[in-house]
Amino acid sequence: MSERREPAREHVTGVFGKRVQRREDARLITGRGRFLDDLGGNALAAAFVRSPHAHARIRDIDVAAALDVDGLVAIYTWEDLPGVLAEPLPLLIPHPALTHGRTAYPLAREVVRHVGEPVVMVVARDRYVAEDACSLIEVDYEILKPVVGVEEAAQAAHLVHEDVPGNVAAHMVQEVPAPDGRSAREAIEAAPHTLAFRLDIERSACTPLEGKGVYARWDADDESLRVYSSTQTSTSVRMAIAAKLGLPLPKVEVIAPDVGGGFGVKIVHPWPEEILVPWAARLLDREIKWTEDRREHFISSAHERAQVQYVRVGFDDDGRVLGLDVNILHDNGAYTPYGIIVPIVTSTQLLGPYKIGAYRVEFSSIYTNTVQVTPYRGAGRPQGVFCMERTMDRIAAHLGRDRTDVRAANFIQPDEFPYDQGMTFQDGRPLIYDSGDYPESLRMLKELIGWDSFPAMRDQAAAEGRRIGIGVGCYVEGTGVGPYEGGHVQVTSDGRVHVSTGLTSQGQGHETVFAQIVATELGVPFEKVSVVTGDTRRFGYAVGTFASRAAVVSGNAIALACRKVREKALRIAADALEADPRDLEITDGVVHVVGAPSASIPLSTIAVLSNPLRYAFDDETRRATQFASAPSPDRPPVSEGEEPGLEGRDYYSPIRSTFASGMHAAIVETDPLTAEIKILRYAVVHDCGKLINPMIVEGQIHGGVAQGVGGALYEKMVYDQHGQLLNASFMDFLMPYATEVPRIETTHLETPSPLNPLGVKGAGEAGVIPVSAVIAAAIEDAEGIPIDRMPISPSDLHALRLAR
Amino acid sequence: MNHHITLVVNGVVREASVPARRLLSDCLRHDLGLTGTHVGCEHGVCGACTVLLDGEPVRSCLTFAVTVDGREITTVEGLATGGELSPVQRAFAECHGLQCGFCTPGFLCTATAFLRDNPAPDDEEVLEAISGNLCRCTGYQNIIKAVHRAAEIQAEEAG
Repeated sequence: MSERREPAREHVTGVFGKRVQRREDARLITGRGRFLDDLGGNALAAAFVRSPHAHARIRDIDVAAALDVDGLVAIYTWEDLPGVLAEPLPLLIPHPALTHGRTAYPLAREVVRHVGEPVVMVVARDRYVAEDACSLIEVDYEILKPVVGVEEAAQAAHLVHEDVPGNVAAHMVQEVPAPDGRSAREAIEAAPHTLAFRLDIERSACTPLEGKGVYARWDADDESLRVYSSTQTSTSVRMAIAAKLGLPLPKVEVIAPDVGGGFGVKIVHPWPEEILVPWAARLLDREIKWTEDRREHFISSAHERAQVQYVRVGFDDDGRVLGLDVNILHDNGAYTPYGIIVPIVTSTQLLGPYKIGAYRVEFSSIYTNTVQVTPYRGAGRPQGVFCMERTMDRIAAHLGRDRTDVRAANFIQPDEFPYDQGMTFQDGRPLIYDSGDYPESLRMLKELIGWDSFPAMRDQAAAEGRRIGIGVGCYVEGTGVGPYEGGHVQVTSDGRVHVSTGLTSQGQGHETVFAQIVATELGVPFEKVSVVTGDTRRFGYAVGTFASRAAVVSGNAIALACRKVREKALRIAADALEADPRDLEITDGVVHVVGAPSASIPLSTIAVLSNPLRYAFDDETRRATQFASAPSPDRPPVSEGEEPGLEGRDYYSPIRSTFASGMHAAIVETDPLTAEIKILRYAVVHDCGKLINPMIVEGQIHGGVAQGVGGALYEKMVYDQHGQLLNASFMDFLMPYATEVPRIETTHLETPSPLNPLGVKGAGEAGVIPVSAVIAAAIEDAEGIPIDRMPISPSDLHALRLAR
Repeated sequence: MNHHITLVVNGVVREASVPARRLLSDCLRHDLGLTGTHVGCEHGVCGACTVLLDGEPVRSCLTFAVTVDGREITTVEGLATGGELSPVQRAFAECHGLQCGFCTPGFLCTATAFLRDNPAPDDEEVLEAISGNLCRCTGYQNIIKAVHRAAEIQAEEAG
């Protein structure tokens, strides 16, 4: 790997930092995108019989009636699964505190633990026929007591897993003492002011517009498997398939085609379908495809967010927090394939931009008979920020101080970076913030929203009989977690630049921003650069797209790979031009001597020269053949330590996460009669370090805020006491339409990360993180009623008014 | 039992043999190979599957293919003319009105019909026009901008 301590390059030229239009759009606006279900037009279809019960024992599965269905190809139950395929799915992220991690079988074995758990797989001519067959399969269930609701589950009157006492998957305590050594509880006891309260956050889910999907092609002649999956990690799906099917890794390739949104749910893997479909494709020697439908996505993918938090805080007269003690009940659903990442992120990122005197956080991750909980954009941060920001507002209310003053009194100051929060982050590394400027961020936000002039605005509204309120929320987001990503950059003799990285794309515009990095680093025209992501045929080593890490980790890996290519190109050019490489520059794909533009050689020619040839097939390659060029007879055509070709590969492995931050403010209006809640203004100050493409970053913020608005006002998963998800459709689960999302005003602050060559921080999740906290604060300000539970509907607000 | 139907899709006569229960969305995607039309919910809420039926936007996931025998259908593949992108398509790219692109075909078809009927809409009218389509990526702000921009491009080109 390259030297990491190279100073951040100043990208004063090139397309880095510019509002470049996206590469991806040409195909997506003409219907030429290739999403999972657009592939495999002749494949057989798979469909699943899923449990209608939240908790039941399978007595018998009777497939007899389905066997006569015309077009049926195969039916599989757990008993049909061979070897390791019959074992539970992997527990992807083990942790010492996860003492009772449990994962599902690919097809249910004996017991089902949530509505939607797959029990039988059917393969048929098409999806209609497969579903016909599914409907004729009789599963005889003995219904067991369902465990629904995290508090009920914590009381453990009934168990989700017979061998998990108390329904507790994990229990973890982290303590950071005050500088004087006092514990959080001691600091709170000794504080001039203390408050204690409870907060609730409901379940929501990623709900990308495209659900999951898998399409597998077995090549019997080659004994190889090609799998397409709508996944956030093709490299890891590949390894999982190879392991579960006992295939040599080089015989399995996995490709993430165009993916219609992910937001976290598609980082979980292997989903049962991701190993069952390839397994059956090989067994039957037929192409098979499974495309998740909307109801399946609701009941058998993953949810997130649901937590109950008990907070105690001690503070001084200025609102400085002296001690904070948070106890979290985290509902992890029926299984824990993704470990306890979400509550760990909540516990650590709860601290936000603040210096907390002493901190104690405890969580219990609890099983319930509901869909499993795995990261959804923000991944535990919205809950943590809700907790901290509601706490700040309560402190301000208690002291009668301005809410922004209380926050400012607790801010980490710009000269205190790197700032060590004294905890362990989700990547197992110390929680050390690399850079930021929180006071400036708050100043910008107050100016943008008009914080100081709001009281006048409120008075005027009141004079018109209207009720308005303002709220603010701050967050810090650890982004760009390791372990690593890689990049490969190849210049071919036609002058084109081919770039690949292993992580995947779900709409973030990676093809565009990575091409911007390459065009700038290499000095080539943007149009000459093409980028491939998430295709194991092109790049086999990768982790995946999550934790706002693509620009940071792959972006830097690609930049480092470019620097290798550049160095090699300059070396070869220096030879050819008889110049010192230090006097050379690359502009528009041409290497030239600084100050002597006529002494130049295009990269396409260097690509030819870099690859000594015996055979010519066109004019360009003729120049590289053994009699055309005049190599020094005393050294081999490819020098020792060199490789043929103008290409480079490098990896970026961050020492630790880089910490982006931001602050949001909103003005809301609540209808005095109907309790309707309307967001009048929404303002964002966002700091993700150096911006590669401000247009794309703003798009990410808009989308994140929209999801945040959904989580704050509309979206919740409603389970009844039987564990039935009552709103498993877009009719009943209220995702915001254009009419529900306010115009978002955005300003950027750039505090470059000192940790990586490009100085960038992640931006993917930021928008969603503080929204619930901000909206709650604004409603509270409008109504004068404490808001402790999100989302909040007009009915909820009406009930709060009545209870006042 | 299959039914023989003839559709005029993007100006081309297409024939298909489909069971009565085949959704128009599935017919377009799987029988005719026009996979640009996407299916996001199959219960008529998300609008991703919106196509133009005799010029009017409909949810192809709520339409049986056999019920539109003989009718004209425009899908996202048919919005460009002679290889030139339509004003709506250009505006969506220009304004960053799409991210993953899955819902985009529905928005493009919806906006195309809307701007044909109302070439100079105000903010409220644009909001209303697209308020039946879900997008999980963009937060709609740039989609709204794109519809306005498309109206502008249309006007420039007409003038």
